[in-house]
Amino acid sequence: MEIPKELEKSADDAIGHYPPEEKRSAALPLLHLVQQEFGFINDDAISWVADKLAVEPIKILELVTFYPGFRQKAPGEYHIRVCRTLSCAMAGCHKTMEKICEIAGIDRSKVSHHDPIAVSSDGKFSIEFAECLASCGTGPVCLVGDDFHEEVKPENAKALLQQYK
Amino acid sequence: MAVSKKSSEDLVNVQVDGHWIRVPKGTRMIEACKQAAAEVPHYCYHPKLTSPGNCRMCLVEMGMPPRPTPGEEAELDAEGHAKINWMPRPVIACANTVAEGMGIRTQSLLAKECRQGVMEFLLINHPLDCPICDQAGECTLQEYSVEHGNGQSRFLESKVKKPKNVDIGPRIRLDDERCVLCSRCVRFSKEVVDDDVLGFVDRGSHNTLAVHPDRKLENNYSLNTVDICPVGALTSNDFRFKMRVWFMRETKSLCTGCARGCNTLIGSREGKIYRQGPRENNKVNSAWMCDSGRMEYHRLEDPARLTDPMIKRGRTHNVVDWTEAICRAAKDLSRFKGDELAIIASGGMTNEELYLTRTLAESLEAGVVDVVKRSGSGDDYLSHSDKNPNVNGARKILKLRSPGSRLKLIHAGIAEGKIKALLVLGEDLLDIGFSEEELGGLKCMVLVHMIANPTAKMSTVVLPGAGYAEKRGSMINATGRLQRLNKAIDSPGLSREDWEILQGLNRAVDGKDEVTELVDVFGEMTSAVSIFKGLSFAGIGDLGVDVMDTGESVPLLEREAKRVRDGLIVG
Repeated sequence: MEIPKELEKSADDAIGHYPPEEKRSAALPLLHLVQQEFGFINDDAISWVADKLAVEPIKILELVTFYPGFRQKAPGEYHIRVCRTLSCAMAGCHKTMEKICEIAGIDRSKVSHHDPIAVSSDGKFSIEFAECLASCGTGPVCLVGDDFHEEVKPENAKALLQQYK
Repeated sequence: MAVSKKSSEDLVNVQVDGHWIRVPKGTRMIEACKQAAAEVPHYCYHPKLTSPGNCRMCLVEMGMPPRPTPGEEAELDAEGHAKINWMPRPVIACANTVAEGMGIRTQSLLAKECRQGVMEFLLINHPLDCPICDQAGECTLQEYSVEHGNGQSRFLESKVKKPKNVDIGPRIRLDDERCVLCSRCVRFSKEVVDDDVLGFVDRGSHNTLAVHPDRKLENNYSLNTVDICPVGALTSNDFRFKMRVWFMRETKSLCTGCARGCNTLIGSREGKIYRQGPRENNKVNSAWMCDSGRMEYHRLEDPARLTDPMIKRGRTHNVVDWTEAICRAAKDLSRFKGDELAIIASGGMTNEELYLTRTLAESLEAGVVDVVKRSGSGDDYLSHSDKNPNVNGARKILKLRSPGSRLKLIHAGIAEGKIKALLVLGEDLLDIGFSEEELGGLKCMVLVHMIANPTAKMSTVVLPGAGYAEKRGSMINATGRLQRLNKAIDSPGLSREDWEILQGLNRAVDGKDEVTELVDVFGEMTSAVSIFKGLSFAGIGDLGVDVMDTGESVPLLEREAKRVRDGLIVG
């Protein structure tokens, strides 16, 4: 894995925010930087972060597997996160999920707790369920990359995906 | 009349299950309960490790005296203590410390319900494989299930599947489904041996103990994690599936792998040792020992163990009975005097054996007596670079100023033809720099050893001895502590405890007719060797006594003492 100079620099900046003996505190900021850069965090990246912070790689693997926001596998060009917490579930998010998958050509049959992300065959879209995205009055809601979308009913799915052609 | 008991500066009054006790300030609630003989069940708490308080098994009810209204006196109970206001919520006893006037209830309905709840959660995803689990019989989950659990499970859903039979290190297997996530192993690896390779991946009910794919739990102290694992998640490759724990007899003894003298428990059944683990001694090894030390017992299983006394006739060794062997050895050795006879003893011998060697050397007027040095790599924890367990005993009893330094005199003596006879005790001379040629020139060589080694092949009389777990005796470790070895199993065949062999040789040489026990040998030694003055064999006890000041300390104990001072651990 090639670490761009820019990333190296912003990582060092992030580490500089903490006292030298508490370097480990920069673990989460570093993981966010890595995921922003590569879209996901692979084994090499985990080892790189661990080396940067002088901790054992398991300590970084703990974090990556704990937080659902961190991905260990490459997502599609656009990554969709559909909220499935109570309000959105009642508002029909599962139907929305099915519809999006159907249109984008995503097969979710292999998805599991340990491997929650499914990618479309053309690699354009990837999708996973997320927990509450904090807009319970306007469900079902979802995130496409960093864009927030409300009231994504199954019939709006097509229009949603067309924005990312 | 009720008298208000003021707490002295270092002690505070604590009420445990209705009884008032006084404990030092800063005592953890769980330790105060222990002192009051009230057992508080726990998984994650271990006195030698930090207390994260994550298992919640030690929840108890706690109360404090209320602060009285200004100008008013506190309301007192019949014993003169301030009345306790009980808190509506339970607290964990492991990470909280006591305070003056605190009340703890370990048997209240609330405490019992908490334990029941924790047990129910722990058993939700726990496999029901106790019949084939190595921990069965010494598993706290099993024990607490009986004592604090529910008779029936209310869980109807399917259990979460986790990795099983995971190879996390060369000596350890992990069963993640059995793990109760107490994190003792994680903390031990990080805090005690500075090898932070264990961690928890995933979350919620999928939370799993793991090593990083590129790392292994392979430090020389890894098997301690198996000991402190309260369940059967971590098991030792050496021990698993070999013996049910309740069939084993446990013998308190010592590890003889190096000069540390770690206190051990040897688990054996019907003449076979199945495992050896640490026994807590805060003056020697805390609660730990190294992996290589645990494996020492396999030496006793050497296929080349000597089982019968033998005398060499021509080129072959013939089996003879003990009387003949001892008489022959004594006769042969007695033919040589002074510079003609040398004795090579071992730093692995017990004090009693060394003392009998000394008396034998005196009767035979042996010219040179020495032991063999055995150095290796030590570490900054427990393992010592001196791989002999009792060089300090040899120093004092054989009066050796610099053990091993006289071996070159023996080499020279043999080369000059001056030394004609050798008595070798517990050593393989061909392994320590003597050559076949050299030894071939001797008129007589008597060997006491447990293994048919190359030296045995060259010896004129071979007397089969016992291994460290097959005999009793005492040793002095690197820090000058006198400790006892105990016999866990019998030595094979007709072999004997080395002190008996040496006693036999002594009697055959000096012609006295006395029956003695090992304790009598120790008794004799107390008047002959000044450091043992006033001691008795029984007085050594299970934990030993300091008899010498060697100026050495145990690095691991020093760090532990610092963590105790810093309030991180109980110790």
